[in-house]
Amino acid sequence: MNNAGVITEGPSVAHAASAEHHGHEHHEQHFIWKYIFSQDHKMISKQFLVTGIIWAIIGALMSVFFRLQLGFPDSTFPIMEKFLGEWAKGGKLSPEFYYALVTMHGTILVFFVLTAGLSGTFANLLIPIQIGARDMASPFMNMLSYWFFFLSSVIMLVSLFIETGPASGGWTTYPPLSALKEASLGSGLGMDLWLLSMALFVVSSLLGGLNYISTILNMRTKGMTMTRMPLTIWALFFTAVLGVLSFPVLFSGFILLIFDRNFGTSFYLSEIFIGGKALPHIGGSAILYQHLFWFLGHPEVYIIMLPGMGMASEVLSTHSRKPIFGYFAMIISLIGITLLAFLVWAHHMFVTGMSPFLGSIFVLLTLLIAVPSAVKVFNWLTTMWRGNIRFNPPMMFAIGFVSLFISGGLTGLFLGNSAIDIHLHDTYFVVAHFHIVMGVSAFFGMFAGIYHWFPKMFGRFMNNTLGYIHFFITLVGAYLIFWPMHYEGIAGMPRRYYDFSAWESFKHFQDINAFISIIATIVFFAQLIFVINFFASMFRGRKVTTMNPWGSTTLEWTTPINPGHGNWEGDIPEVYRWPYDYKDDGNGGDFISQTTPLRPGEESH
Amino acid sequence: MSGFITVLLVILVFVIIYQIGKASEYASAMRGQEVVKYKTNRVIGWLLVAFFFLGLYGIWKCDQYFKPMMLPVASCENGIKWDSMFNTTLVVTGIVFFATQAILFWFAFRYQTTEKSKSFYFAHSNKLELIWTTIPAIAMAILVAIGLRNWAAVTSPAPGDATVVEVVGKQFNWLIRYPGKDNELGKRDFRKINDANNVLGLDWSDPHNNDDIISQKGELHVVVGKPVKLIIGSRDVIHDVGLPHFRLKMDAVPGITTTMWFKPTITTDSMKRITGNPNFVYEISCDQMCGKGHYSMRGTIIVETQAEYDKWMSEQKSYYAENNAPATPAAPAAGAEAPKADSPKAVTMK
Repeated sequence: MNNAGVITEGPSVAHAASAEHHGHEHHEQHFIWKYIFSQDHKMISKQFLVTGIIWAIIGALMSVFFRLQLGFPDSTFPIMEKFLGEWAKGGKLSPEFYYALVTMHGTILVFFVLTAGLSGTFANLLIPIQIGARDMASPFMNMLSYWFFFLSSVIMLVSLFIETGPASGGWTTYPPLSALKEASLGSGLGMDLWLLSMALFVVSSLLGGLNYISTILNMRTKGMTMTRMPLTIWALFFTAVLGVLSFPVLFSGFILLIFDRNFGTSFYLSEIFIGGKALPHIGGSAILYQHLFWFLGHPEVYIIMLPGMGMASEVLSTHSRKPIFGYFAMIISLIGITLLAFLVWAHHMFVTGMSPFLGSIFVLLTLLIAVPSAVKVFNWLTTMWRGNIRFNPPMMFAIGFVSLFISGGLTGLFLGNSAIDIHLHDTYFVVAHFHIVMGVSAFFGMFAGIYHWFPKMFGRFMNNTLGYIHFFITLVGAYLIFWPMHYEGIAGMPRRYYDFSAWESFKHFQDINAFISIIATIVFFAQLIFVINFFASMFRGRKVTTMNPWGSTTLEWTTPINPGHGNWEGDIPEVYRWPYDYKDDGNGGDFISQTTPLRPGEESH
Repeated sequence: MSGFITVLLVILVFVIIYQIGKASEYASAMRGQEVVKYKTNRVIGWLLVAFFFLGLYGIWKCDQYFKPMMLPVASCENGIKWDSMFNTTLVVTGIVFFATQAILFWFAFRYQTTEKSKSFYFAHSNKLELIWTTIPAIAMAILVAIGLRNWAAVTSPAPGDATVVEVVGKQFNWLIRYPGKDNELGKRDFRKINDANNVLGLDWSDPHNNDDIISQKGELHVVVGKPVKLIIGSRDVIHDVGLPHFRLKMDAVPGITTTMWFKPTITTDSMKRITGNPNFVYEISCDQMCGKGHYSMRGTIIVETQAEYDKWMSEQKSYYAENNAPATPAAPAAGAEAPKADSPKAVTMK
C-alpha cells in the first residue's frame, strides 16, 4: 500500500471526510480511519467483500448441515452436536432447527451475500474508478451503508444463539406462520431479531443505492458520457435503481408484520385458531404480505443477477480481446429487464388463490422477460465468436456464468407459465431453478469479478492453479447437485421437507438425495480453496507489476497499482472513446484505452 | 479425538493444494509466463470440451436413472394436458439449451488464444439483434398461448355435478369434511372451534351441519369419473393442498376460501396395477412451509368406484352424531366464544 497516505487534492475528494482524516501533510492514516471507519470507497468495498465471504461460509455450512439430514435421515453425525449443541442432540438435527437452518441459509445467501456482498463490493469498488471519480457522491453515507449492514449482520448472528432459535418460517417469512409465536419456535424472539436485522439491512441498502445512483449520474469524468460507461456501471446503476424502488415496499411489509406481531393489528391475520384458542384478528389478508414481499422479492432476483451480468460482460470482452457485442442492445436489454422486473412479482403467487385472470397477465409479463435475457446470452456468445480467448480464472468463471445462466434461465420458462407452475410450485424444481440461476450463476459472476479485480484491490494476483481447481469442482458440482433436483421436482417432491421416508410418492429418491448431499459437502470444501486463495493472495500473491495487467480499456486500470484515497495522483483522466475498443492500436497492441484520444479520421463508436 | 484427526487431515489437504498452487506459480515464473500461458490455455480448452461431453453423457445417464421413478400417467384430464404442455416446453427449451451450450463451449475452445491468433473486431449488427429478439419473442408467444389455454381450463369453474368436499389444513394434518346426505356444507365459524368436539367450528344452529362427516385422518374419498370440487381453507397458518398425481396445487389460507376441482380418471386399485406398486396411494402433500411438522402433513386420496364410495359413505357417522352421542345437542349459545379454560392445548405445539 505504497500510496495509501497520498490523498490527492481534487475537487471531489471526500468533502464530508475532512474533519476526521483529511490532513494535507500526513503520510500514515490511523488504523481506525484507514481500515475500520474508512470513507474510501475501495476500503468499504473490501469491507463488504470480507463480510460477505464470512457470511457465505456460514450460510453454506448451514446447507451442509441440513443436506446431511436430507441425505442421511437415519444416521447421526456427532460432529453436528459440536457445532449446534442442543439443536442436534446425539448428532441428529431437530426439525425445528432444520427449518431454522433452511431459513437462515436463504436469508444469508440472498441478502447478506448476494445483495450486500455482491453489489456492496463491486458498486463501491467500480463505480468511482470506472467513471473517473475520486470517491462516491457521499463517502460518509457510503460508510454508514456498510455500518448499517454490519449492525444488521450482528443482530442476525445474535439471533442464531438465542434459546428459541432464529427465525424458521422460510426466508420469505410468510405470516401467519411468522406472525404468531404459537405457530413455531422460530416465530418468537428469533423472528423479532430477523425483522430488526432486515429493517437495518434495508436502510443500508437504500443508503448505498442512492449513493451509487447519484455518483453515476453526477460524477462522471470529462468525456464519460452515459454511453461511454462500461456495462458493469450500467448494470450496477440499474441494480441500485431496482433496490431503491423496491426495498421500501419490503420495508412497509415488514412494518405491518411488526405491528401484527406486537401491537395487535390484523393486517395479515384473519380467522385463526391456534395454540388451543381462537385469535381476535379478523379481516386481514395473509396474501397482502406476499404481494408486498414479492414486490421486492422479484426485483431482488435481478438485484442479484444484474451485477453478475455486468461483470461477465466486462470480463468476457476483456479476455476475449474483443468488444462486447451489441453494446447498445446490452443496455436496452438491461432497461427491459429492469422495467419488467417490477411487473412480474405475482408469478410467485399463482397458487395462492389469486384471480386466474390476474395470473394470466403475470404469465405474459413473466415470459416477456425471457426476450431481453435471451438477447444478452446471444450477445455474450457472439462476443466470444472469433475472439482471442485467454482462459484465466476470471474468464473461466464468466463462461461458467453464461452456461449456468442459460440452464437456470430456461427452467424459468416452466415456472413462469402458471399452467405448469401449478404442479411444480414449491417443489425441488423450483429449488433447482433458482439455485442455478440466482445462486450459482450469480456466484460465478461474483467470482469472475473477484478474480478479475483482485489485482486492483490488493495489488497482487490470486493464484491461477487454485482458481482452475476451484472453477472445475464448482461448475461440475453445481450441475451434479442441481440437475437431479429438476427430476425430483417434476415428480412432485416438495421443498422444505425434513424427511421423506413416510411418503410413498417420494421415498424412493433417498439414494439420489444422499448423492446430492455428498456432492454438496465436497463443493462446500472446494469453496474453502477459494477462501484460502483469497486471503493468502492478499499477503503472498504474485505482485502486480504493470498498471494494466489484463490489457483492459477501462479507467480503473489507469490508476496506480495501489491507488490511494482519491484514486488518481494527478488530474482525473479524460475519456475519449467507448469502453470496448479492443482493436489494433496501430502499435501492435490489441486494445485502446478509453483515455486515448481518437486518431485522426477514426470514428467514435 | 477422531474429530481432531479429521480436522487435521482437512487442513493438511488444503495446505497441499495451496502448495501445488504456489509451486505452479514458481514453475511458470521460471519457464516464462508466455509459454506457460499458451500451454495452460490449451489444457483448459480441452478440459472445457471434456466437461461438455461428460455433461451430455451425465444428462443421458441421469435421465435413464430417473425414468422408472417419475410419476405415473396423470389421473385427470387437465393433468394429461399438463404432461403434454410440459413436454412441449421441454422440447423448446431443450433445443435452445443444447444449441447455446454447444455454441458456448465450441466458441471457447475454437477461439482460444494461440501464439499467432488475433481477434476479429465485430462490435454490433442490428440485423442479428433483430433476429434474436424476434425468434425468442415468437417462441414465448407460443408458450404463453398454450399456457393460458391450459390455465383457463384448470381454473375454470367446476362442473355443476361436481361433488363438493371441504379440505382444511391445520398444523399438522388435513381435515376433510363431506356434506353428507343433504349435499350441503353447513356454516362454520373459527370462534366455535374446539379440539375436543368441534375441530372445524361447525355452527350447530345451521341444520346443514348435522349430517356433515369429518375425516380427521385426512382421507379424501372420491369417485372415479366424477368431478370433485375442493373447498379449501386453513385453521391456522398457510398450507397448500398439493396433489402431485393430478398435477395440481392450491394454497390453504386462513381467512380466505380457495377452490380447485378435478375429475379423477384412474382408481387407486388400477393405479396399483399400472405402477406395479401394491402400496401405491394418492397422496396429499402440504406444499407451503407451515412449521416444524410441515414434512409430515400428509393426506391421502382414495379414488374408487361409485359402489365402493357409497358403501364407504354408508359406514360413516356424522360428526355431530360422533360427538353428541345419544341426545342433547351440546351446542354453545350463539355468539359465545370458544371454550377457553378447558380447551385442550396439546395439538398444535407438541
